[in-house]
Amino acid sequence: MPLDVRVATSMAEAAGILTADQRTKLLSGGTLMMRDVNEGRLLDGTLLRITDPAYRQMNTSGARIELGAGVTMAMVSNNRDLAFLHAAARSIGGPAIRQMATIGGNLFAQTPYGDFAVALLALDAQVMVQSGYGSARSMPLDEFLGARERGVSGLVAGVQFSKPQNAADFRFRKVSRVKPKGIAVMSIAAHLPNTGGRISQARVAYGAMAPTAVRARGVERALEGKALDAASIQAAKAAALEGTRPATDAIASEWYRREVLPVHLGRLLTGEGR
Amino acid sequence: MAKVPVQFRLNGSDRAAFIDAADNLLMTLRRGLNEFAPKYGCGQGTCGVCTVLIDGEPQLSCLTLAVACEGRHVETASGMAEGPNLHPLQVAFMDNFAAQCGFCTPGMLMAARALLDRNPKPSREEVIEAIAGNICRCTGYEPIINAILAAAGAGDQKRA
Amino acid sequence: MLEIRKDYFANERDDNLNVIGKGIQRQDMPGHVTGRSRYFDDHAFEGLLHLKVVRSPHHHARIRSVDVGEAERAPGVKRILRAADVPVNKNTLLSLINFGKDDEPTLAVDKVHYKGEPVVAVIAESEAAAMAARKLVRIDYEVLPAVFDVEEALKPGAPIVNETYPNNYFEYHEKFDHQKLRFGDTEKAFAAADLVIEERYQTSPIEHAPTETNGSIAAPEQDNRFVVHSCAQGLFFSLGTSAKILNIESNRLHFIGGTVGGGFGGKVDSLTEPLAILGAMLTGRPVRYVLDREEEMLYGSPRGAERVYVKDGVMRDGRIIARHVRSYFDAGAYTRLSSYAAIKCTAHLPGPYWIPNVSSDIYVSYTNRCPSTAMRGFGITAADFALEVQMDKLAHAVNMDPMEFRILNAYRDGDMKAHRRVAKNTALIECVQVAAEKARWPISESARRQSSLEGGGQRERGQIPATPIDQRGQIGRPETRSGPVTQTLPAGTMRIPLTKQPELEGSRDARPVAPNVPRYEPARPMTQPVVQAPAPLAPMPSAAPPPQPGVEPPAPPAPGVQPQHGAMRFSSVFGTRRR
Ligand SMILES: Cc1cc2nc3c(=O)[nH]c(=O)nc-3n(C[C@H](O)[C@H](O)[C@H](O)COP(=O)(O)OP(=O)(O)OC[C@H]3O[C@@H](n4cnc5c(N)ncnc54)[C@H](O)[C@@H]3O)c2cc1C
Ligand code: FES
Ligand code: FES
Repeated sequence: MPLDVRVATSMAEAAGILTADQRTKLLSGGTLMMRDVNEGRLLDGTLLRITDPAYRQMNTSGARIELGAGVTMAMVSNNRDLAFLHAAARSIGGPAIRQMATIGGNLFAQTPYGDFAVALLALDAQVMVQSGYGSARSMPLDEFLGARERGVSGLVAGVQFSKPQNAADFRFRKVSRVKPKGIAVMSIAAHLPNTGGRISQARVAYGAMAPTAVRARGVERALEGKALDAASIQAAKAAALEGTRPATDAIASEWYRREVLPVHLGRLLTGEGR
Repeated sequence: MAKVPVQFRLNGSDRAAFIDAADNLLMTLRRGLNEFAPKYGCGQGTCGVCTVLIDGEPQLSCLTLAVACEGRHVETASGMAEGPNLHPLQVAFMDNFAAQCGFCTPGMLMAARALLDRNPKPSREEVIEAIAGNICRCTGYEPIINAILAAAGAGDQKRA
Repeated sequence: MLEIRKDYFANERDDNLNVIGKGIQRQDMPGHVTGRSRYFDDHAFEGLLHLKVVRSPHHHARIRSVDVGEAERAPGVKRILRAADVPVNKNTLLSLINFGKDDEPTLAVDKVHYKGEPVVAVIAESEAAAMAARKLVRIDYEVLPAVFDVEEALKPGAPIVNETYPNNYFEYHEKFDHQKLRFGDTEKAFAAADLVIEERYQTSPIEHAPTETNGSIAAPEQDNRFVVHSCAQGLFFSLGTSAKILNIESNRLHFIGGTVGGGFGGKVDSLTEPLAILGAMLTGRPVRYVLDREEEMLYGSPRGAERVYVKDGVMRDGRIIARHVRSYFDAGAYTRLSSYAAIKCTAHLPGPYWIPNVSSDIYVSYTNRCPSTAMRGFGITAADFALEVQMDKLAHAVNMDPMEFRILNAYRDGDMKAHRRVAKNTALIECVQVAAEKARWPISESARRQSSLEGGGQRERGQIPATPIDQRGQIGRPETRSGPVTQTLPAGTMRIPLTKQPELEGSRDARPVAPNVPRYEPARPMTQPVVQAPAPLAPMPSAAPPPQPGVEPPAPPAPGVQPQHGAMRFSSVFGTRRR
């Protein structure tokens, strides 16, 4: 039985179908899934499309930002309220990929993909997951990423996070060999809110340094309550590798990733160029 | 399995085809509508030779479900010329030797057009960014970048 | 940016030609920019079928059984192709010019020899149907030990990769396990050298990665013919190969091609044509067989990896007096074009340098890897990589600037090359000078004054030295890979004797020569250097080495004698060819 395509006109309908039928897969931007279709890895079952405008909705004017899972990287890049996220959105693929690639899909992308999820992790984002026809429940992104590895079911409806008070407190850096479009050697995002010259509630996240995007808890601890100066940056670099489990792939070896992580973390924190 | 119908505008004309539900747009254009300008290079989104404009935005037709294009406007390199008059980008690609085997050219032209339609005076960096998703294995990117910049300049002269 | 130095080769240039030297628009450009250029896949066919192959998941395995029953019954499937369906299921690409033995099946028969080798082909109404049916083909394999290293493969007891060549090397002239080059006495020169430096170099396989993957469409035509839209780089080569494999007259095939989406050498193997045509013959419908990107990258044959050992004898003043190169081409599991690459490599040694004693042994090894093939400059590039890195190391060892070191050792017009040809239009000296200038790399005044037109061919630079030869590398005896000198050819000998001339089918004057009759050519007077050196060699850090003791300088050339290279011409494939 060849692949079928089905359309859900509401988020609730989509969540209901996905929960009820394991052989139905959500097709969001399709940049990952269509490859499986084209190469014969996905040959039967149903592809589900969502036409509900809520899936692509963006609420960006307030302090709490809500982005539908169907929002694309291009939509993020074109939204002025989201300037702090432009670097992360623009780091993904080329212009055509960004036109198609969605936030929802990025939360499922296997490492070394998933750069946008890294930025969201450093923003302490909440993921809105809808199972069955009920309403969405929210869970912290790192919990979601852990659950993803065990296989979550249902629909990711969107993400929510607080806008950084000060855009300069949020930093993102992707290290890749090919420029401007290249797969990550690693990506690093940091949200370093600054109160009275001291960092509080530091959030640092890595991509391509573990099977999913991960928090750099050692770095966060090293920076917490400190001024961002040579000493704290040195301490952060010393703690950079805590909790990392990088892989060897076509882009970089596990050894190389470990070796250069402190260097790139240092550059992100000091704000120096590549 | 039963075929499904799909209709969209292709380079300004209404076209329809009966396809398998999960067929991608590239397959539909090439095998269903004999529109051969977009090419197959990878089916993975990595090469850009299948780039088309959908409602003016560059997209990869190999990763796009054809049925998702219902009622939309799909543009390819075949539709760039106005009658016998080539688009300035096409002229600039010829003048700057921006093609060797030519296989990447239809996709390059679409990526370049998407840029110039939105940003008629791009910087060199913006041009590089715009074609970042398009691989050329023969020509080297310099002649292509120069062609796009030249086309932007030529458009300028025309307006002046 | 482009700068043409017209002062070089000025007497060979004519600036008043109508086309050459002028920028003109290529005729295929309008098609390229309008999307109208028709590549092989840009042709509409009613009732087009799609072919996909089932590939071996193992590097080396015996096929115990193949069950296609379920695949045959799958929706949309029109035909399954098995090895037995292929009329002539063994071929080697260069068999069209009688070089090498048929060693590669179109579909594997009882063994697979590399991961990705095609075993079964499925022809169906759509690509998706063919891919679905492909999963239903059941093949039972007995996995066998595999060998991946070019030198391991040549050791006694290594797994046999390719039954046609059971010793895991390509057999040259059915006599030697490698290509040989002998010029002067390298062993003696190594003993006399101030420094002997030996290094090992290894390259990796490289995929051509054309933007258009390999593929073809074949369809029945009127008059019992088949039209084939092909991506082949050598269209008629592919036609001949297909006719042979399908055992049909070549005039039943109508090949259309020439518009190729990038090839770089990766489209000479006729990877898809024979099966597409066979499919069209057996279904009566148009059949399209296109590699997907993953297949192209993994199983479209790459530039083969090479391992190169370079051993040099160098004097403290910077002169290289001996070079021995031993290298191993990784052919993968079948020959394709590696046999030819090794000949090209031999013809390229010792690189663009005049070295009085040169020898090389170049092997083609079979390993359980994807067969390798042509790629831009194949046979040359890896050797050049090794030689140029080696040049830097040698320069370092003798404490010389690497640019000056190259200028000192570069060929000059009139020098005798290791292949007993006189070097002309060499110009490496000038290239290095310009490169140094552009890179603002300081070189000495004396290096700046050198010219490739001066000093070449003088004294022993123009001579063929006395050359010991050996019987190393007789087929079937690994221990003969190092062996004693059997004789020394007198100075001036143009050609190392062959005991068996290859027979050229179809060439009128080809006659087999009685085997085992050594045929020597008499030492003959040297040819005049092409360009006469007007002045003696400008003083460089050192003078050229003195003539080797005991070697009589050959008689001076008779005036007006045309270059004469003997009755046989060097052919890049056969080694020699009748004039
Ligand atoms: C050439 C190329 C370059 C790329 N470069 C990058 C890069 O630099 N960085 C990077 O991070 N990624 C990159 N990607 C990967 C990919 O494009 C992005 O990760 C993208 O964000 C995936 O989103 P999508 O909407 O296309 O996913 P899809 O392909 O639609 O879906 C992917 C998976 O997620 C599931 N899914 C998607 N949305 C939801 C949802 N809302 N609820 C439940 N399940 C869902 C799908 O069912 C599917 O299993 C690249 C891809 C390509 C082809
Ligand atoms: S074919 Fe679509 S990106 Fe390569
Ligand atoms: S011209 Fe051949 S790929 Fe660009």
